[in-house]
Amino acid sequence: MKIDSIQNGIVLDHIKAGASMEIYQLLGLHKLDCSVAIIKNAKSSKLGRKDIIKIDEIIDLNLDVLGYVDPGITVDIIRNGERSEKRHLSLPSKLVNVLTCKNPRCITTAEPHLKSEFVLTNPEQRTYCCAYCDTEYHR
Amino acid sequence: MQHLLNITDLSTQDIDRLIATAEDIMQNPEKYRDACRYKKLATLFFEPSTRTRLSFESAMMELGGNVLGFSEANSSSTAKGESVGDTVRTVSCYADIIAMRHPKEGAPYAAIQTAQVPVINAGDGGHNHPTQTLTDLLTIHRERGSLENFTIGLCGDLKFGRTVHSLVAALSRYQGVKMVFISPPELRIPDYIITNVLEPAGISYVQTESLEEAMPQLDILYVTRVQRERFFNEADYIRLKDTYIVDPDKLIHAKSSLVIMHPLPRVNEITPEVDQDPRARYFQQVAYGKYIRMALILDMLGIHL
Repeated sequence: MKIDSIQNGIVLDHIKAGASMEIYQLLGLHKLDCSVAIIKNAKSSKLGRKDIIKIDEIIDLNLDVLGYVDPGITVDIIRNGERSEKRHLSLPSKLVNVLTCKNPRCITTAEPHLKSEFVLTNPEQRTYCCAYCDTEYHR
Repeated sequence: MQHLLNITDLSTQDIDRLIATAEDIMQNPEKYRDACRYKKLATLFFEPSTRTRLSFESAMMELGGNVLGFSEANSSSTAKGESVGDTVRTVSCYADIIAMRHPKEGAPYAAIQTAQVPVINAGDGGHNHPTQTLTDLLTIHRERGSLENFTIGLCGDLKFGRTVHSLVAALSRYQGVKMVFISPPELRIPDYIITNVLEPAGISYVQTESLEEAMPQLDILYVTRVQRERFFNEADYIRLKDTYIVDPDKLIHAKSSLVIMHPLPRVNEITPEVDQDPRARYFQQVAYGKYIRMALILDMLGIHL
């Protein structure tokens, strides 16, 4: 299967196989006018299988979202057909407007205009807590 | 600006200072009589309360200050759909400090996003209740002389009981505190308290369903009410509400030095006969609540005498 290479844009590589659609949604890529290619189950020497997302435009990416979903994802910035930058991700210490608290007693469920905030409390277990009500979320 | 949302916002040094101030107020009330003259406390109670609201108001009055506010959401613009943030921003124009209670967990965190004056969490749903914890800590300090080296049994609703969650977090920072969690399986202490508070602090704890078995080893028995308002299902509440009832028979095998505490209000988890037992300290605990809130108001307003 062949996907055209991009001249100016972003390649999200080493996505765990099957996670690309979640990333597509979380990053709001459906709102873009440019071409976006999702490649599922590509062969990978490192992962066996992986997903790749190619975005045919350089946009501001929410790296916190990517780091939360999978800190192993690499972000390549392509300029004039060449990789000009490679960004490695880390687990973000705070997630703003990424997750929604599922606790029906949390104030954010009663007042949905409030910005959601989750704080990393256990990096080994990738546990985040709602900054409002402390409800835990495991990735 | 300093706010108090969670007891862990305060260091153990802060707590020592507040306890010392509260004890000084008890001994020298006249020294503090005009300490908050011309200052105003707003009590924003979106949920009913007797003790907490009245003790805040009484505390501010005893400091020579004034009080304004509301005691239920229906008597505020919340009934018209106003957000917590807008209410608090508005009240910041009228008061020097705010004490707020709200049925939703995390409401005080929403409040401090817009507050222009210090905010004290006076209880947010089943989440936190730091001023009750300060009351509890002052009670333990007064009754035992120290906040270290004792075994405390926490009994009843440990799942939704915000006073329990805050007290556990506070006590986990002191040496030699052992905890016995006494509850039915449905109302056990939440996992996040165990993983985020007890285990990192290396606190020795056990979970049991038997109050009778736990009783002889306890230095403090902290009883809580099963709260009807925290249940979505009335049948669950009725099934669990009378699981533990402390009566004189259950206290036969307790230590003579036991301190029985309860954040109140009680329903029937401690029988009235126990009130005559010198080990019952829950009404004294109520009295301490006013003094520690006086100390807190002074501290948060930056008034040091």
